[in-house]
Amino acid sequence: MNLLWLLLIAVAFVVAAFTGRTSEMGNAALQSATDAVTLALGLVGGMALWLGLMRIAEKAGLVALLARAARPLFARLFPEVPPDHPAMSSILMNIAANMLGIGNAATPLGIKAMLELQSLNAKKDTASDAMVMFLAINTSSVTLIPATIIALRAKTGSADPAEIIGPGILATACSTAAGIAAALLLKRFFRKEEG
Amino acid sequence: MKAVLDLISAWAVPLFLLGIPLYGWARGVKVYESFVEGAKEGFEVGVRIIPYLVAILAVVGAFRASGAMDALARLVAPVTAPVGLPAEVLPLVVVRPLSGGGATGVVGEIMNSLGPDSYAGRLASLIHGSSETTFYVLAVYFGAVGIHKIRHALWAGLIADLAGVVASVIIAGILWG
Repeated sequence: MNLLWLLLIAVAFVVAAFTGRTSEMGNAALQSATDAVTLALGLVGGMALWLGLMRIAEKAGLVALLARAARPLFARLFPEVPPDHPAMSSILMNIAANMLGIGNAATPLGIKAMLELQSLNAKKDTASDAMVMFLAINTSSVTLIPATIIALRAKTGSADPAEIIGPGILATACSTAAGIAAALLLKRFFRKEEG
Repeated sequence: MKAVLDLISAWAVPLFLLGIPLYGWARGVKVYESFVEGAKEGFEVGVRIIPYLVAILAVVGAFRASGAMDALARLVAPVTAPVGLPAEVLPLVVVRPLSGGGATGVVGEIMNSLGPDSYAGRLASLIHGSSETTFYVLAVYFGAVGIHKIRHALWAGLIADLAGVVASVIIAGILWG
């Protein structure tokens, strides 16, 4: 990550120097930094709402119930997470929210899952296998109905804006399968001791 | 299928909003106090994410503004065009993991200029739907728990994105090529 981060900056600098866009590059960095704070603060409200609801669900025993329901599917993907652990239900709810395209509920639930997984993590500054697996599924996108795209297609005059749903589910299933496979196969090359 | 899913999407949040506190109350949970307790955690997490998000988004912003992304797209275009990934769609593949707003912008451009029912328009729809803003997701989720050694998470995410692109090209080729 350190190297990649530096590489992004270095490549940007060299290209900007050649194309004479150094001032644009500088302004964009500052503007994006400002946007990042706005974005993070924008997440706070939704996060507080969902983590509040989840705390109620936890105390009512609802979370443990969900975790048990997720067990058959998740036991293989997250072998080091105890089957009845609250992390399992947060992961399940995050994936469900992503599938339904409820993005503003999915992010807080995903963060909740990360907090739960971190409580099981022995090395607090290093990602665990379960975290990488969870994020591989997450970054592969599991959305069943891509609402933004359908709206965009409708707006630009498509004859059938929703025709991409079926093929889309197939494509996203492929990407999720690849993400899971990559998380499983790569973990031996990225041992926990390394960065 | 779509109607059912739309219905679930529309009802899910309100049902949770009512159902969870109601169930908790029935089980003797102090619902208001528990909610506030959990919400406090949400606030702390939001603030904790900020430095991680700034680190990623500032660099991605600089990268885009420098023109490096266009240069990258031009560089690989001669290779990707013959296999069914036209030059117009290529910027989307490059932008997608880095910037969600940027990716939606590229799809919008393609649909405006070539039409949503063109090969490029349909392919762009599939690619957008089967990939994610990987850098942003990793910054938010790892930032929330203060993890900076992310091991193979980025590679797994990018491989998933790439698989989404390959699958989209194959599927679009079969259906509309």
